[in-house]
Amino acid sequence: MSRVAYSVAAALGALAAMIGISGLLGDTWVVTVPWAVPLGGLQLSMDRLAGFFVALIGFATIPVSLYAIGYAGDDRRGALPYVGFVIAMCAVPLAANVMTFAVAWELMALASYLLVVQKATNGTATHPGAPAADGSESHDASPHAGGRHAHDAAEATGAAWTYAVMAHAGFVCLLAGMLLLSAWSGSTRFADWRDTELTPLARDAVFVLLALGFASKAGVIPLHVWLPLAHPAAPSHVSALMSGVMIKLGVYGLFRVSLEWIGPAPAWWGVAILVAGTISAVVGVLYALVEHDLKRLLAFHSIENVGIILIGLGAGVLFLESGLGTLAVLGIAAALYHTANHAAFKGLLFLGAGAVVRSTGTRNMEVMGGLVKRMPWTAAMFLLGAVAISALPPLNGFVSEWLTFQALLQSLQVPHTGIGLVFVGGMAGLALTGGLAMACFVKAFGVTFLALPRSEAARSAVEAPGWMRLGMALLAFACVALGLGPTIVVPVLGLVAGDLTGEVTPLWFGDWLRLDVPGDFASLSTFAIAIALLVAGIVPLVVLRARGLTRRRVYETWGCGRLLQTSRMQYTATAFASPFRRIFDFLYQPAHALHVEAHPESRFFVDAIRYVHETRAVAEDWLYHPLSQALHDVTERIRGVQSGSTNVYLVYILAALVLMLVLG
Amino acid sequence: MIHDLLIAAAQALAIAALAPLVVGFTRRLKARLVGRRGPSPWQPYADLRKLFAKEVVVSENASWVFRATPYVLFAVMLVAAAVVPVLVARPAPAFAGNLILVMYLFLLGTFFLALAGLDTASAFGGMGSSREVAISALAEPTVILSVFALALRSGTIDLGGIVERLGAEPRLAANPAHLLAFGAFFIVMLAETGRLPVDNPATHLELTMIHEAMVLEYSGRYLALVEWASAMKLTLFMTLLANLFLPWGLPGGLTVAAMAGGLVALVVKLAALALLLALVETSVAKLRLFRVPELLAGSFALALLSVAAVFLVR
Amino acid sequence: MLRQLRAALGVGVVTEPPAPASEIEALGVTLRGEIARLFGRSLHIRQVDAGSCNGCEIEISGLTGPHYDLERFGLHFVASPRHADCLLVTGPVTRNMAEALRRTWEATPDPKLVIAVGDCSRDGGIFAGSYAIAGGVADVIPVDAVILGCPPSPKALLAGLLDAMGRLRQ
Repeated sequence: MSRVAYSVAAALGALAAMIGISGLLGDTWVVTVPWAVPLGGLQLSMDRLAGFFVALIGFATIPVSLYAIGYAGDDRRGALPYVGFVIAMCAVPLAANVMTFAVAWELMALASYLLVVQKATNGTATHPGAPAADGSESHDASPHAGGRHAHDAAEATGAAWTYAVMAHAGFVCLLAGMLLLSAWSGSTRFADWRDTELTPLARDAVFVLLALGFASKAGVIPLHVWLPLAHPAAPSHVSALMSGVMIKLGVYGLFRVSLEWIGPAPAWWGVAILVAGTISAVVGVLYALVEHDLKRLLAFHSIENVGIILIGLGAGVLFLESGLGTLAVLGIAAALYHTANHAAFKGLLFLGAGAVVRSTGTRNMEVMGGLVKRMPWTAAMFLLGAVAISALPPLNGFVSEWLTFQALLQSLQVPHTGIGLVFVGGMAGLALTGGLAMACFVKAFGVTFLALPRSEAARSAVEAPGWMRLGMALLAFACVALGLGPTIVVPVLGLVAGDLTGEVTPLWFGDWLRLDVPGDFASLSTFAIAIALLVAGIVPLVVLRARGLTRRRVYETWGCGRLLQTSRMQYTATAFASPFRRIFDFLYQPAHALHVEAHPESRFFVDAIRYVHETRAVAEDWLYHPLSQALHDVTERIRGVQSGSTNVYLVYILAALVLMLVLG
Repeated sequence: MIHDLLIAAAQALAIAALAPLVVGFTRRLKARLVGRRGPSPWQPYADLRKLFAKEVVVSENASWVFRATPYVLFAVMLVAAAVVPVLVARPAPAFAGNLILVMYLFLLGTFFLALAGLDTASAFGGMGSSREVAISALAEPTVILSVFALALRSGTIDLGGIVERLGAEPRLAANPAHLLAFGAFFIVMLAETGRLPVDNPATHLELTMIHEAMVLEYSGRYLALVEWASAMKLTLFMTLLANLFLPWGLPGGLTVAAMAGGLVALVVKLAALALLLALVETSVAKLRLFRVPELLAGSFALALLSVAAVFLVR
Repeated sequence: MLRQLRAALGVGVVTEPPAPASEIEALGVTLRGEIARLFGRSLHIRQVDAGSCNGCEIEISGLTGPHYDLERFGLHFVASPRHADCLLVTGPVTRNMAEALRRTWEATPDPKLVIAVGDCSRDGGIFAGSYAIAGGVADVIPVDAVILGCPPSPKALLAGLLDAMGRLRQ
């Protein structure tokens, strides 16, 4: 049953990919079903941008669904919401009016909510002794620990609740913005909005509302709080889709808002997007660095990557405002490229993390280790994903970050000094993000997969089954293909960006080997780099072999002559992240606590030491906690109105009538 | 095409061949400055030759990542050497990418070396990895900004373009902002290549190590490749400093004679920079690890000032 | 900074020429030809204190200073036996250090030399016969040469090391 559902989802993905590609290449169409929904009917339309996102959803869904066949096994829960989730996501970029959009958006939120909350009802369906088979995951070191399901359920419920609240707060903003725009333009069709004359104030108001709504879905800091809760709570194939694709629909909305619906954008929109992107990128990766839950770490990286996408978009908006159309295309194409890349490598990493979690029964990196020898396939795939997401050449993450850098560097053509400094900030932020992401994935791969296993669960881990490996291999192939083939991909993305900016001159020169970007002499050939790296790596190997220099002996790790080597002696994830925690303590605001229990006879005989060093989430502490507290206080006060006495309610009705008569 | 490949190979070979000499020369100078006679400048060649002939001892905990890393590291440095202006201002393989590519190639090397440090389950390796990635992450913003400062002044983001422009108009370099960017890049070089005051390349104390701690487990030909690659990284950074900030004597043409001239100019500039490096290294003490971020923040401030100076005067 | 540099340059080189005399007692230096070919110009040393009174260590650390400056001969102290070609072992081998010394020897890649330093390292010296001692270095790992003295002077150490490298013989 679940196999059928996931196969259907994969087929739907293939269909979406085909439709999306045709749209990406310039196919346009409109479908209207007037009776399906009120207020304008169901209306879908295809253009290049919608085609790009539909193709993205389709291509991500195929491997993830194949993976899910192996991952979910016979577990039937979640299969139908999953199919609904995929369909709803495809409908979002195609929606052509407010009602269609609202229905698709809510359906997507609802389906993903069901998938996140899935484990809250987990307790009875599990077979003891087969902890991995149900796809459930937990923080606990020992997979058989009692109370794990209760813990899981509590975590899933809490995560789903936060997710639901944030999704709806965002939706309220979106709906308010869209309805205002509909009222002012007299039409609920998106296509009619472009030609509406609005006062600058009205446009700014609509922009703020819509941008807040979309940014909360995209996970831009500080609207990100739901993301690191919801992604780990969901099963891994769902996390892969949520992180790889769903949050991208928030980015999709930002593209439409800032470039199409109510454009042309004033400079401050671009500045806001660029600054928000830079902050998200840097802060996202900094939180990821101190996170030791493998899936939460990946979730924080999603925030970082959305930030990088927004840096590209912000640069594009600013260039457009400065009249540099060709450079705007460059920035926007970079953002689109990174969107596709993030879907590929983050999908791959979540699937790899899912395989690890399924095999070890835990998400806690501190009890993993040594998996490269036990799960060689998964390890190789995860390493490839780690190289890609750290933007290391010659894989795909590097291509899009390179393009984003080119866009930022070309800001030397922007005459305005203030805007120039914003670009400089983006440049420094992006460079820092690149370095920190590399550091974080050294930790993620090194602690999880290398060295000695830190627990029995990690020692007895086994390789993932065939379907799961197939899903990962497809995404790994996508990472390599997107990395080596920018000369094919970028011109197509340039067309999408051209549609959005109205810039029609062809911008991409070069041939199959090299990619030239507009501006002076900047070109890139990841293919040539890959070949060169391969040759330069193999030549010394061959030379050494040919000269017979191959002597190798295996002996224990050098430990200054000590007699014992255990996994307790290797660096932990916490230790690895410790320099960052000290350097960036102004952000983490860490809380220290040291409890020493000494023997009653003498304080020099220590029985137990407990040391707590926790980082705090600033956004939660300073923004959400006061907000929810205030909300709580207000509702507490209003509760007094609800006395439950019939007489009082009669008075309310009378008062309301009088008020209406007076005002009427 | 063959011609282009030859230039690429010539540049990579020049860096690979010069790298041990640069390290040896710097060591000799440092020894001389503390009153020692010091090792011969050619000593690193003898060390490498010996290491290549020796047996390799690999930890039983290590995986293929540990064994692949020396080759990755070496390949990264060779490719980086082919792309940046070494012998000529605009080497043909530069089409493959620009400074951003070089930055990320170095990061690729650091990534694998840090993984190899973790791979052997040794506490020292993990410690070195953690410190190394922290420092190289913090150095990235300075690299990009100091080169952007040059780009702003010469009106192009292309490395070859910067070299040609500054070479043609030396007055562009006679500018305090140029010196600020040079200082910023120099500090980054100290940090990225593990020199004093960030890391002591001659230390024997595990707890103070950064780079050395990661490679404690390497031996024989693996160690030779790793050490050669780090010498090449130092040489590449010095070459970038020499050719971007003092771009004189670098030929625009691609003839053999011009390239030989470029090589001579490069050797002279590298010697001068090695002297500067030795002077700095003998006269400063190693910083405590958690003071290093302050140093890097300082270099970032220098780079930012250099950029701001261009903005203010235009 | 400038004051330091001026002082350093003012003093000049204080390194003396190497001593010719060799106070080495060769036990079983086999493969002499190969060692000379391989280590003729580069010998990296890992020093192992197997239970010494630290008298030898004081003399060894004198080698790295400006006066004796062993680096000018291509000798170099390294931080890990993986990087080493030569183990410089001092002291009688105590029971607690015997296994550690064996592991250090195993951890050193071939070809390798073991040079025992000091009288104690030959047979336990004045500690010989103590219950805490496993014997001389040769009782634990194969030794190629012994440099005698209690402690040997830096001059003797340098001469012994150069001899082991095959430089003095040639």
